[in-house]
Amino acid sequence: MWIAIGSLTAMGLILGALLGLAAKFLAVKENPLEEELKEMLPGSQCGQCGYVGCSQYAAALAKGEASVTLCTPGGKAVIEALAKKLGVTADTSEHEEKLPEHAFIVEDLCIGCTRCIRECSTDAIMGANKLMHTIIIDACHGCGKCVKVCPTDAIVMIPIQVTLRNWHWPKPEIEQAQHKQEVAHVH
Amino acid sequence: MKEYALLIVSAALVNNVILARFLGLCSFMGVTTRIDTAVGMGLATTFVITVSSMADWAVGAYLLEPYNLWYLRTVTFIMVIAAAVQFTELTVKKVSPPLFQMLGIYLPLITTNCAVLGVAILLVEQKMNFINATLFGFASSVGYSLVMVMFAGLRERLALADIPRLFAGPPIGFIVASLLALAFMGFSGMTS
Repeated sequence: MWIAIGSLTAMGLILGALLGLAAKFLAVKENPLEEELKEMLPGSQCGQCGYVGCSQYAAALAKGEASVTLCTPGGKAVIEALAKKLGVTADTSEHEEKLPEHAFIVEDLCIGCTRCIRECSTDAIMGANKLMHTIIIDACHGCGKCVKVCPTDAIVMIPIQVTLRNWHWPKPEIEQAQHKQEVAHVH
Repeated sequence: MKEYALLIVSAALVNNVILARFLGLCSFMGVTTRIDTAVGMGLATTFVITVSSMADWAVGAYLLEPYNLWYLRTVTFIMVIAAAVQFTELTVKKVSPPLFQMLGIYLPLITTNCAVLGVAILLVEQKMNFINATLFGFASSVGYSLVMVMFAGLRERLALADIPRLFAGPPIGFIVASLLALAFMGFSGMTS
């Protein structure tokens, strides 16, 4: 019995030690910047930037291979934050006027094919096979992927309506001006 | 040389791990819905079975045999396999990140794949020598990968076929698996 207990304990210790050593020697260096950039992205893996998901885009950004303006759902705010972090100037002119949008299903045209449901990366579409679908506006981040797959063009992008539930006090003008100065200073 | 060739054919085709010994059936039904996942699973399992059959042979020959501890073989083999899987994961992550991305969740799940433990127990029970054991492990895992990829291909075709609703999904999968197993029984005449 003692041999059994001893040999199992010894094996466990040896294998554990070997794995510990291996983990130390084979450790993969991860760029800390990559992690920080990933935190700043929306994280819904919509793939509109052309990369598979947000972490791949963050990796490309950290290597300096990708432009900071590719994130559509993030809009101007994310572009400015990324540009500030990476110390580059971003051309936000294309994103200047675009207000936050959400998808909307024209219910007369929906045939209940569930294609948009499968495409949605935030599970913002409700519905079932051969039943009309609808969008949960609070969950939709406006990536527009469902618009492309809809066979009957029943999905349109509309600007988010300002209601009592999502209205905020506007930021004071002076603060914004100061913020712009800071950004300019960093550049 | 002829002996080795026979061993390989016997382990890979005649006594196929999945279709003749019925080991590793959960991954056989679970990850064969698409060919690329089946290929990934096959590659990872091939690597792990080959490494773990070598390690398990050494444990059997130098620890269990001299001290007469055969009743501990399941525990020790599982321990060795778990360590081998962890080591494989670390190595693949370091050496080839794309392969690591492709294998994803399947790599750690191989620890609980009964084909790995089954091959290890079979090879120590048959009292093979080291070269035979390594070849047996490798050939068994090649047979495993072959069946996985074949079955995934069949299921990809099935997804497009017009199947009666009663049989759609897993039921037709099981029927096709049994036909595939019947086809593999034809190999049993080869080695006689």
